[in-house]
Amino acid sequence: MKAFAKLALGTALGLALFAGSASAQNVKIGLLVKSLGNGFFEAANKGAQEAAKELGGVEVIYTGPTTTTAEGQIEVINALIAQRVDAIAISANDPDAVVPALKRAAQRGIKVISWDSAVGKDGRILHLNPSSNELIGNMCLKLAASHLPDGKGDFAILSATSTSTNQNTWIAEMKKQLPKYPGLNLVTTVYGDDLADKSYREAQGLLKSYPNVKVIVAPTTVGVLAASQAVKDAGKIGQVYVTGLGLPSEMAGAVHSGATKEFAIWNPIDLGYSATQIAYRLIKNETDGKPGSEINAGRMGKIKIGDNGEAAMADPFVYDKKNVDEFAKIF
Amino acid sequence: MMSRILTYRELLLAAIIIVLIAVFAYRAPGFASPESLANIFNDTAILIILALGQMAVILTRSIDLSVAANLSFTGMAVAMMNAAYPGIPLPVLILCALAIGAALGAINGFMVWKIGIPAIVATLGTLTVYRGMAFVLSGGAWVNQTQMTPIFLDAPRTSVLGLPVLGWTAILVIALIAVTFTRTVFGRTLYAAGGNPTAALYAGINVGRTRFFAFMLSGALAGLCGYLWVSRYAVAYVDIAAGFELDTVAACVIGGISTLGGIGSVGGAVLGALFLGVIKNALPVINISPFWQMAISGLVIIIAVLFNARQERRKGRLILRDAAKQRPSLVNAQAGGAAA
Repeated sequence: MKAFAKLALGTALGLALFAGSASAQNVKIGLLVKSLGNGFFEAANKGAQEAAKELGGVEVIYTGPTTTTAEGQIEVINALIAQRVDAIAISANDPDAVVPALKRAAQRGIKVISWDSAVGKDGRILHLNPSSNELIGNMCLKLAASHLPDGKGDFAILSATSTSTNQNTWIAEMKKQLPKYPGLNLVTTVYGDDLADKSYREAQGLLKSYPNVKVIVAPTTVGVLAASQAVKDAGKIGQVYVTGLGLPSEMAGAVHSGATKEFAIWNPIDLGYSATQIAYRLIKNETDGKPGSEINAGRMGKIKIGDNGEAAMADPFVYDKKNVDEFAKIF
Repeated sequence: MMSRILTYRELLLAAIIIVLIAVFAYRAPGFASPESLANIFNDTAILIILALGQMAVILTRSIDLSVAANLSFTGMAVAMMNAAYPGIPLPVLILCALAIGAALGAINGFMVWKIGIPAIVATLGTLTVYRGMAFVLSGGAWVNQTQMTPIFLDAPRTSVLGLPVLGWTAILVIALIAVTFTRTVFGRTLYAAGGNPTAALYAGINVGRTRFFAFMLSGALAGLCGYLWVSRYAVAYVDIAAGFELDTVAACVIGGISTLGGIGSVGGAVLGALFLGVIKNALPVINISPFWQMAISGLVIIIAVLFNARQERRKGRLILRDAAKQRPSLVNAQAGGAAA
């Protein structure tokens, strides 16, 4: 396995060097992912290639270890340094372990950014989050409103455990932004503990106790699935809708049954696209990527760098009947 | 013999459940409607089936902590078979689920019978092993609704006479187990082996082998529940039914199955499971803060067990075991002999 990985790496290195000498003036960006063979990252690569084509004169080297280990990524980083890439965009397996290797890359003038899964502050110029808590909270409300006639009516939240940090942050954001949606009324928040059976029962309970609730928002994959099933089994498809955050492959069934019309999650294609765009602007010195600066990211618009050098790409991407099958094949 | 199915203790538990339903119905109108009650029974079906398997094991003075992990592995296995080969007929898949479950149960039974590992340790180990195997099998990936065939998903939720097939399955299992435990040699052996292993040995009963078959029965029922669970929630992933083994033990304990073995009835285990089912279904509709829910359900369980424990103390049929307790050296020697 190890020998094979090294061999593969060596071959890739050789090929890359060969390709490099062929087109010397090309900008080379290493898109380093957690592991190869993962649909999510294949999709990100698709976006990166799209950006490369759009920008012109950019070569994206899509690479990563065969297993999700920090050691594997360090080897790949060293290989990328040897290939004299101009930038590395990494989704890290470990926020700290890869920092020394990335620092070495930075000393050689390579622009390092992280995306999807962050690297410690010292190891990168900036980190690109797929979204922000604020945008996710807003998106959940937007989805709830779009399932209600005129965006007015009662909805309930089905969360994971009552102590889950990200869930509570998103719910707090939803409550904060609720005034932006007049007529949207949050009735209650229930907790399914990310267990299929408990989430199912909680959703059933909502249907029974709150006949006016027309939308159940579940910002958790287990919850959104279980609630869809509960609505379907109760024969309330068309009367009560379920929406929230989920993966297309898991949600495709619920979308086709009609229990949910739309749901959201980040789009890996856009993420790969934006990471490549940002890396390119850094290489061309169009920006320094310092907190407060704004970076042009092509079709994704301008991305603003916030505190700690962290940036939020965009609203979570909305999936519906039209595109869910296409993305279900990817992740 | 029939009187064992419904003794005073079961009547008391049934009364407690009825009072609970009445109280919940007062707070949430419609909770006691026939439709809602059928719903609760259907929702509790899986727990009832698992509790009956657990009961067989507990009767022989053992415990099976691996039932939920077994359910997870078997559920994942049949879901993946269904996804990969949609042509396999459903009855074959269900037989596969029973067989895989029984095989995993047999592993537990073998370790307890032939290697002599205490049941709690052996099944605590296999609990992790089986879940780990489910992970290896699936590579951590989910089997989703769209990958499963419609018949695979719809069979347990088809309604017959107002109750889904899932509920009828539980009724069928209850009937089969009730007959097995009260009317067959194997059933009576379970009670004898747990009630007094020493006496059972002198009566020519192979205690170890009885435990082995109890584990196999528990495993087979867990396997069946693997299919039912995956079909009910229309998704298979490694963490399904996490922690559910404790619910099955709780159902048995509430139902008056003595953890010391040899005492308990099918009716008790079923009522114990229904008791938990009623509470689980009531908590979401009676508007209690989620922060209180866990504390309340735990408290109610302790109260129910207290009632049962007092009942048990009044009974005077443990003479043989009490006598054996006074001569522990004898018991140890015999138990060792029985295990070997």
